[in-house]
Amino acid sequence: MKPVTRLHSRTAVLADENIDTDRIIPARFLTTTERAGLGKLCFNDWRYLPDGSDNPAFPLNQPQAKGCAILVAGRNFGCGSSREHAPWALLDYGIQAVLCSEIADIFRNNALKNGLLAIVVSEAEHHWLLTHPGTELTIDVQGQYIALPDGGRIPFQLEPFARHCLLNGVDQLGYLLQHADAIAHYEQHLEQAA
Amino acid sequence: MSARTLFEKLWDAHVVAPETADTPAILYIDLHLVHEVTSPQAFSELRERGLKLRRADRTLATLDHSTPTLPANDKGERPYANEEAKAQVAQLEANCREFGVELHGWDSSERGIVHVIGPELGATQPGMTIVCGDSHTSTHGAFGALAFGIGTTEVGHVMATQCLLQRKPRTLAIHVDGQLPKGVGAKDLILHIIGEIGVDGGTGHVIEYRGEAIEALSMDERMTVCNMSIEAGARAGLIAPDEVTFDWLKGRPRVPQGAAWDAAVAKWRALRTDAGASYDREVRIDASKVKPTVTYGTHPGMAIAMDVPVPAARTAQETRALDYMRAQPGKPMQGTPVDVVFIGSCTNSRLSDLREAAEILRGRRIADGVRMLVVPGSEAVRRDAEREGLHQVFTAAGAEWRVPGCSMCIAMNGDLAQPGQLVVSTSNRNFEGRQGKGARTVLASPATAAASALAGSIADPREYLVEAAA
Ligand code: SF4
Repeated sequence: MKPVTRLHSRTAVLADENIDTDRIIPARFLTTTERAGLGKLCFNDWRYLPDGSDNPAFPLNQPQAKGCAILVAGRNFGCGSSREHAPWALLDYGIQAVLCSEIADIFRNNALKNGLLAIVVSEAEHHWLLTHPGTELTIDVQGQYIALPDGGRIPFQLEPFARHCLLNGVDQLGYLLQHADAIAHYEQHLEQAA
Repeated sequence: MSARTLFEKLWDAHVVAPETADTPAILYIDLHLVHEVTSPQAFSELRERGLKLRRADRTLATLDHSTPTLPANDKGERPYANEEAKAQVAQLEANCREFGVELHGWDSSERGIVHVIGPELGATQPGMTIVCGDSHTSTHGAFGALAFGIGTTEVGHVMATQCLLQRKPRTLAIHVDGQLPKGVGAKDLILHIIGEIGVDGGTGHVIEYRGEAIEALSMDERMTVCNMSIEAGARAGLIAPDEVTFDWLKGRPRVPQGAAWDAAVAKWRALRTDAGASYDREVRIDASKVKPTVTYGTHPGMAIAMDVPVPAARTAQETRALDYMRAQPGKPMQGTPVDVVFIGSCTNSRLSDLREAAEILRGRRIADGVRMLVVPGSEAVRRDAEREGLHQVFTAAGAEWRVPGCSMCIAMNGDLAQPGQLVVSTSNRNFEGRQGKGARTVLASPATAAASALAGSIADPREYLVEAAA
């Protein structure tokens, strides 16, 4: 994984609450055996009209949302299925951070493991962000704050290990493999107990 | 040692390295369940890094999500939805061969939905940690196992190390007091609970269901309840194992036999929350208040008794959900015309679910214009149901009797509803488009689904049960 330290972008807003992973990427596209190329399917059923053209009512199809890497989403984003295809699709679509007052557990976990910044902010700040689309933000992973254009800062907390992995591009599987001895020891103890 | 909750006992027994301020715990995983959709990229990762599967003996695979539910033709060809689905199944077959994983594939008499076959085989046991790249892994918590869904990166972690990096979740006790009224079941109860606590009511928590009404549930019903824990946002759901659990598991292929069985049961009996242990949060539910419950919106928290008026929308999003469902505030869901009825999924596809539906359908015909699909959860369920003649009850009523799989729960195998159609479904998710683009899903119990198929509109199963008894 590449290190992720800082992100600067305007925000785009999807204010709906409970945006589930089926909406992020519908199940019928899960037959892929690859990770790549899911961006064109991201939000498929919301983003396109039945004839395949862009749905003008989908907020991310608005001209001002183009190129925004930071998504401010309604509460409980990413609920539903555990599919990691959801963060893969968002990243491939160009979203590198999701800001929300509450993010579903499995999604948040999957997102951070792929370098997608899933960040929880307070209700009040969330409300402000939802009502100010297009704000230029800088997300600082080291300092754990979001810098606002007026110089204000929104602090946030990342789980320390997830943050360490993001900052240093640490590969979590590599980290686990370093504990092979402890794992073998545990397994030995398991067999003795059986 | 101080008093501990069931969750804490399970957690403590699996810590390989404890969590610190800077690092999550390394948690050992006893059983890893694998299916075709969330595993291909994980197997590729192992291959690219030259890693082996650490414990093939703790890994069990099945085919369920992209698999057709119509039988193979004379030439043995299966009607896959598309070439990718076929390739995905072939990929899992090849991966399992290469890495030495036991696969319950097309030729297995035990194939089925991953969360149905784990328990059936006795692979799921009290006290275990169980994971799968599927959020409804919470189902296995019904046996007093810590079971939860993971993403594909983590599937790779477990394959290579049999471990996961985990922060300890919080605990939530849901006490269900009293008794469920007659004709009201586990599905009504869990929909009612999610309606009460909300789709994010359990976020960050492991739920332990307890109390008189939970103890009174059969194993199948307990699985239905734990299955939907994730729909309340919870990491996992748990029920302490008891005699019901042990009776159900005894003699299954993968559980210990003879003296080893007795020893295992003795150990499992300790898997209960100690008196005086405390939870981070507690909620009380009165079982006697639960009625046949259905959803009226586009997430499982939008659930109410079917005879209660649909509440007015409070937010723009609720308005959108009601519009999508064409639900009318002020009017109950009961009586809403139905196009499709689906009985199946890891929530409600076990033998008792099929019996519950068959009891209502026996000797009757489903309404004209309604399409009804009955998809058993596993080959074993299919065999048992056919032995009892349930398949004939379904087909005589005008329903389709299919080959096991996830089918219309996730609608990625070609079984799906058309835009605008209303589906009464025994599955677990009523998200927009979950059962086909534009399809409108109403979650319900097998009894309600069967009654609705007969009536051609959402109907109270108790009316049919009274008639059957009369
Ligand atoms: S039946 Fe539905 S919820 Fe269960 S494993 Fe299959 S797709 Fe997932």
